[in-house]
Amino acid sequence: MTAPRYVYAIGRAVDPTDLAGLVGIDGAEVHRISHRDLVAVVSVAPADEAALRSRLERLDELAVLAEAHHAVVALIATQTVVVPFRLATIYRDEDRVREVLRQRYEEFEALLDRLAGTVEIGIKLYVEDRQPAPAAPSTSGRAYLQQLSQRHRRRDEKWQHAAAAVERVDTALGAYAIDRSRHRPQAAQLSGAAGDNVLNAAYLVPAGRLIEFTDLAQRLARDEPALRVEVTGPWAPYSFTESDHGDRP
Amino acid sequence: MTNALGERNVALIDILDRLLEGGVVLTGDLTLAIADVDLVRISLRALICSVEADREGTTGTGGRP
Repeated sequence: MTAPRYVYAIGRAVDPTDLAGLVGIDGAEVHRISHRDLVAVVSVAPADEAALRSRLERLDELAVLAEAHHAVVALIATQTVVVPFRLATIYRDEDRVREVLRQRYEEFEALLDRLAGTVEIGIKLYVEDRQPAPAAPSTSGRAYLQQLSQRHRRRDEKWQHAAAAVERVDTALGAYAIDRSRHRPQAAQLSGAAGDNVLNAAYLVPAGRLIEFTDLAQRLARDEPALRVEVTGPWAPYSFTESDHGDRP
Repeated sequence: MTNALGERNVALIDILDRLLEGGVVLTGDLTLAIADVDLVRISLRALICSVEADREGTTGTGGRP
């Protein structure tokens, strides 16, 4: 088996029957590569490296690749604990994947132990700007400038207020979670969401407390009129795969 | 095109947050994993910046101080 392999995730009790018929990137069949109790979930990688590289740089193609990767990880994560891989990790052949499992055995075992029985929940907080822009210059230019400066002052106050509210929500959720992690806030033009995304966070939560946690998030947001909350997930623990010896930048 | 990211069942933008910023990062044999995905991040960032610049251009004097 000399074809290059694309790695989606690593797990332990990955049942081969769960993978039957499952396809990944470019419709390639998903299969397992094992070393001791570790299982890498892989498929034969696209042969043309240069083509794949350029596909990763086009948003429409990137979307197709990301969704295929995510679908495989999401399915396995419903069955067993997994350590998801970042998009586009490819090894020369099956033996190289086995070698990686062998070399990083302790690290993967530790991560799997830490992530077992947990889920990742995404929490996004938004501030909605409901203030209309001042109308066209009114009676005088001076009045218009005053209007603008008032509006800016109100907006500054609103942002300070929102920042404090975000801290309160994040602290309360963080106290409830095993771990937390922050992503960059999302641009409204990309997400299509209303308002400014002021917190884009992920929390690692015991699977049994998932409902409790999302309820808490909704309740906290209700107490903060400045904020709107959006809950996503449960996700495989993508945002919590750092280990002490990993070479994550 | 840009709005489509937020309109799927699981929003693509949330998947990309995780697949481009999260997950185990190991150097694959074809070294796509680190260097090139960072390129993707850079180009996405460029895209976001260009959209934001557009917005500021169209809202005129309403920018943040």
